[in-house]
Amino acid sequence: MSDRIPNPANDEAPDAARPMVHIQHVDKWYGNNQVLHDIDLAVEEGETVCLVGPSGSGKSTLLRCVNHLEEIGAGSVWVDGELVGYRLRNGRLHELREAEACRKRVEVGMVFQHFNLFPHMTVLENVSFAPITVKNENKAEARAYATSLLGRVGLAGREGSYPSQLSGGQQQRVAIARALAMRPKVMLFDEPTSALDPELVGEVLAVMKDLALTGGVTMLVVTHEMGFAREVGDRVVFMDAGRIVEQGPPAQVLGDPQHERTKAFLSAVLR
Amino acid sequence: MVVPVRHYGRMIFAVIVVLAVIGTVYSIATNPNFEWSVVAEFLFSPSILRGLGSTLVITIVSMAIAVVLAVVIAVMRISPSRIISSVAAFYVFVFRGIPLIVLLILLGNLGLFLKSITIGIPGTQVVLIDVPISEVITPFVASVAGLSLAGAAYMAEIVRSGLLAIGRGQREAAKALGLTSSRTLRFIVLPQALRVILPPMGNEFIGMLKASAIVSVIAGGDLLTVAQGIAGTNYRTIELLIVATIWYLLVIIVFSIGQYLLERRTAEK
Ligand SMILES: Nc1ncnc2c1ncn2[C@@H]1O[C@H](COP(=O)(O)OP(=O)(O)OP(=O)(O)O)[C@@H](O)[C@H]1O
Ligand SMILES: [Mg+2]
Repeated sequence: MSDRIPNPANDEAPDAARPMVHIQHVDKWYGNNQVLHDIDLAVEEGETVCLVGPSGSGKSTLLRCVNHLEEIGAGSVWVDGELVGYRLRNGRLHELREAEACRKRVEVGMVFQHFNLFPHMTVLENVSFAPITVKNENKAEARAYATSLLGRVGLAGREGSYPSQLSGGQQQRVAIARALAMRPKVMLFDEPTSALDPELVGEVLAVMKDLALTGGVTMLVVTHEMGFAREVGDRVVFMDAGRIVEQGPPAQVLGDPQHERTKAFLSAVLR
Repeated sequence: MVVPVRHYGRMIFAVIVVLAVIGTVYSIATNPNFEWSVVAEFLFSPSILRGLGSTLVITIVSMAIAVVLAVVIAVMRISPSRIISSVAAFYVFVFRGIPLIVLLILLGNLGLFLKSITIGIPGTQVVLIDVPISEVITPFVASVAGLSLAGAAYMAEIVRSGLLAIGRGQREAAKALGLTSSRTLRFIVLPQALRVILPPMGNEFIGMLKASAIVSVIAGGDLLTVAQGIAGTNYRTIELLIVATIWYLLVIIVFSIGQYLLERRTAEK
């Protein structure tokens, strides 16, 4: 697919210093419209990186390339030293067969803006279903782990409820538990609080903060919550028009932006 | 006390309707050319019950095959492969277009232009299977084939709209959890689509039951075939049609109750 394949030596080579997520020279097109331009980004193990930027800048698209929900046009994405969605053979990228791609996807958890819980399953089933079905985990163990995760996101006792019986904030916390149940190496969050009523945003951010600060989970978070980015993010990445414009520690990017586009965006967001 | 508005027009119309119903029932019940005793005589006669049995078997077997076929065709319809979805669309076009009675007569007379079914290894003289058509395509097989092929074409559209009613977010969430597309279909999409699909499917079942009467044109051995056979010997055509009608309505009543209970169960969540 690609003619720019960086560093083939990386393929499955164990290396203590390698980042958990490594996005290298990624381009992405929708038809003739290029939505990602030569994106380079590394996320270290345990790091929380917040992606911010105006609507249509390609934040969701970039996130979706990390678990191969989108195919990339050029470049490569690595998670824990393994290529995502492709196999390198004779210097060329070959798309993985579906079953293989699915097995790899398990290593990356994703939380969506609209929760996307399975409405026909109880909360416990939502969380334990994929470990049982996809990872062939023992049912009792998977349920026990699901129950403990639900406790962790503050939903102990709601195992038997259906998603429709929960508030938006509770549903999003179930969705976080559902992703965690697969024991992913990386968690992706795509605007996890944008669909919530303002008074419910805090409870979801609190859970994410707990994961980032005490759980040591590697997280890539698209968010418009600048307070969260400042407090929890190890790094903030500002994107515009499919490019990374600038990145750095939250205090620097949010407090003292260097680029005009970052300044304009932040002044619009922070008002 | 509140005095409600009186709907005089509605009341007058109701009275007219009730009078019309009473008049119709009365004229049928007292018509001297019509023998209720004949209806009573044949309602539970062994041959009528046997016909009813075949009607039920034909309907249920056809329905089961049609549902499975409909799911396959609906999934083909939404396939990203142009070729696969076109084949499915063509199937729906053909089998929705042919009048059922034409399809049944065609299948029932397949022996006229196909003498036998032969499966061999191409390029060799080896013949694995060679059976005459008349042994394979009995009237029962032709009936079930016709009803399920035609039924599947209609039901595929119902299943398809059910599948499309499940949002993209559900598929994406399943995909992100590592489910393959076939598992997503089985565990996530179909169970949810069922709620959309079930009510119109119930109507399709009733339609299938009624359509099964058409197999009488190829002597399918169903309720109507039997009723007409008896009428052919005793000339009590209307009475025997009433016998058949009573049974069709009874089956539909029983089925509707089951349908109601099933829908209430799936709607609970
Ligand atoms: N399926 C698609 N087909 C075609 N174009 C798409 C598709 N998805 C996204 N795009 C385009 O890609 C660009 C990036 O979209 P993306 O959703 O990644 O932006 P975003 O930064 O997440 O924006 P938002 O804050 O609104 O979610 C946009 O111009 C969008 O119109
Ligand atoms: Mg987005």
